[in-house]
Amino acid sequence: MLRQKWWKIVCVAALLYTFIAGFLGPVPAKPILNETIRNLYFHVAMWFSMMIFFIVSVIYSIKYLRKPNPVFDIYALEYAKAGIVFGCLGVLTGSMWAGFAWGAFWSNDPKQLGAIIALLIYLAYLVLRNSMTDMDKRARIGAVYNIFAFAMLFPTIWIIPRMVESLHPGGLGGNPAFKDLDPRMEAVFWPGAVPGWCLLGVWITTLRIRLQLVVEKRILSNA
Amino acid sequence: MHKKIYVFVVLVSCWLLALPALAQDSIPAKKVEMADRLRADGKIYVVIAVLVIILSGLILYVARLDRKIGKIEKEIS
Repeated sequence: MLRQKWWKIVCVAALLYTFIAGFLGPVPAKPILNETIRNLYFHVAMWFSMMIFFIVSVIYSIKYLRKPNPVFDIYALEYAKAGIVFGCLGVLTGSMWAGFAWGAFWSNDPKQLGAIIALLIYLAYLVLRNSMTDMDKRARIGAVYNIFAFAMLFPTIWIIPRMVESLHPGGLGGNPAFKDLDPRMEAVFWPGAVPGWCLLGVWITTLRIRLQLVVEKRILSNA
Repeated sequence: MHKKIYVFVVLVSCWLLALPALAQDSIPAKKVEMADRLRADGKIYVVIAVLVIILSGLILYVARLDRKIGKIEKEIS
């Protein structure tokens, strides 16, 4: 999987499809949103990818705790980093979109706040890891903390924003413009945007993992 | 492995072919302003071209990085 080629080709094809069909394809004409509805292919795909990376990360952390193999720790760390990058891009693109659709770049919407809190919890994972010099201790405590950070995703981005009034779709009252997704848009979102962006993130992450593995090997051979 | 990929590709393309049947146009009650004229003028193609160039540039960059790391991996093992 790490060094295979076929899924990288799938990634490029899906992204090209997203960029071309995403701008040329038909979208429902909705007031206020207008053409910005196309942001769905980019902004929402960031969050889908982030969630997938965090799930992969926590799986490797659990694997590490079951069998302390340093390779699992590298996987968990690099996938968490990819999740943080995509999450930051999600916040920034969302803020940009909100500036023109909701009238303010930041309106303390529960989902905006929840996403920021979730990302801060994940940033603390990196801080915590770097505060320790002992490799085994760092990996072990990091893995335990990563499980906590993953658990905190559920209240912050899945539960609380749905329980209160929110400008985002899915909250109480919710966003009437996004009641249900148009099937013509689903045809770009599901086969194009989600796998495309997600695989691009996986590609970059596997490169970072391979680099870390090479560095590790070099340290071992020099010692 | 290849059979699985093949089945997946066939399923996805079947679904894509069925999409026009699924997509039903609903006529909006009030005329909403969209960038229809912009696309008719062909200007949107310029934007798409620019984005595709950026995307292919980034992909090329990542692909080259991929190959470089592959080379180092071979050297070290």
